[in-house]
Amino acid sequence: MGKIVAVTGNEACAQALKQINPDVCAAYPITPATDLMQRFSSFVNDGKVDTELVLVESEHSAMSACIGAAAAGGRVATATSSQGLALMWEMLYIAAGTRLPIIMPLVNRALSAPLNIHGDHSDGMGARDTGWIQIYSENAQEAYDNTIQAFRIAEHLDIRLPAMVCMDGFIVSHSIERVEYIDDADVKKFVGKFQAVHPLLDLDNPKSYGPLILTDLYHEYKRAQHEVMTKVPKVVLEVASDFEKMAGRKYGLFETYRLEDAEMAIVVMSSAAGTTKDIIDQYRDKGVKIGLLKPRIFRPFPYLEIADALKHVKAIAVLDRADSFGGYGPLFMEIAGSVMSMASKPAMINKIFGLGGRDYLPDQAEGVIDELIKVAQTGKVPAVKEYIGVKE
Amino acid sequence: MSKKFWETLPQGSVVLEAGSSAKFKTGGWRSMRPKWIEENCIQCMFCWMYCPDMSIKVTAEGKRAEFDYDYCKGCGICALECPGKKGKKAIVMEEEGK
Repeated sequence: MGKIVAVTGNEACAQALKQINPDVCAAYPITPATDLMQRFSSFVNDGKVDTELVLVESEHSAMSACIGAAAAGGRVATATSSQGLALMWEMLYIAAGTRLPIIMPLVNRALSAPLNIHGDHSDGMGARDTGWIQIYSENAQEAYDNTIQAFRIAEHLDIRLPAMVCMDGFIVSHSIERVEYIDDADVKKFVGKFQAVHPLLDLDNPKSYGPLILTDLYHEYKRAQHEVMTKVPKVVLEVASDFEKMAGRKYGLFETYRLEDAEMAIVVMSSAAGTTKDIIDQYRDKGVKIGLLKPRIFRPFPYLEIADALKHVKAIAVLDRADSFGGYGPLFMEIAGSVMSMASKPAMINKIFGLGGRDYLPDQAEGVIDELIKVAQTGKVPAVKEYIGVKE
Repeated sequence: MSKKFWETLPQGSVVLEAGSSAKFKTGGWRSMRPKWIEENCIQCMFCWMYCPDMSIKVTAEGKRAEFDYDYCKGCGICALECPGKKGKKAIVMEEEGK
């Protein structure tokens, strides 16, 4: 079963899209996602897929074309990064509010200014409230697997929401890793046939998309949109269970690593989780009871499930690869939301790391754990939010 | 269990009924009212063509008839485009309620 290859994260995502063979892709190039759609456009050109590739003049148009194609009744995908996602902002809300299951690999990259092309989570966190499902990937394998699962989650008849599949720019998108590809036929069977809901191209039943809805019903539509998000975790777990049966790889709402008996926890997303796990192993060898929690689904955020996984720890360090200037890091705020429901609350610290692609190095993880040990012992938090790996 | 009202709304606010905008009468938005002066009308049908709200009624014989004031928002495009007859407009705008 499957095939083991050495590919980049972008290449793996392009392969997933090729195997899924969407009806329409509308895309505009932006570093570091360019390479993903460029590879996919080769598949279109070489007749490997039947996809209608729409080359547009901006990301705003790319998302607009995706919305049109999805409303018409097609299975639709695109990909972007950073400024591209920022330019889509208006349309992201429309895709979600209109309940169109568009799939978008988001190759996470810093936002300007200053201009920077490297990886951090500023773009994804900025799109937190758009109504899109957000799935974060640690490596190329996860990016590939999550892309395939995203179609099933987004297109589920109880859900019908767009989904972003996030991976770290360059660190994952451009690094060659070992990836296990699933057979084409298995992916096709797993994803299944696309079921259109209210397609515009059903000409016998004319309908209108995008009506003006004012004070009489807007509030009710948003209430309904919130409700559908609450149904996502169950579907994510069902899809993950089916995926495990097919591919043998296990996924959940989040991943835990040596957390069960831990007294302290680090919460971090995406590629930095890999480095952190290595350092956790080193501290475990020294007898330090430290574990990790890596959120996979950031929207909807599984507050209660994460609270349950962290309820036994004395201290938590939340590592954010994005900042909310004048606030805590976005992931920290969510974990604080989880901790709120706990009877006995752990001490929490927030570290902002790796902005604009600054390397997250083992000594940074060591520094966090050393501080966390003191916080757990004393219960005292000298500073809640601090930058790490910053030149002083 | 009966559904809450917001649970019965069509997914994604899609309007599933064709032509339902006919139910939404927009004539009340009007502050200026077009007046048709039939003796100056040459039946060119420019007003019918230009009207953005399909508010120019047409008879079975294809002739211009009265305005449909249920939908006319009083934009005045018809009055502007009207060529009239011998320099006299067949459509003029008047203040609503005068």
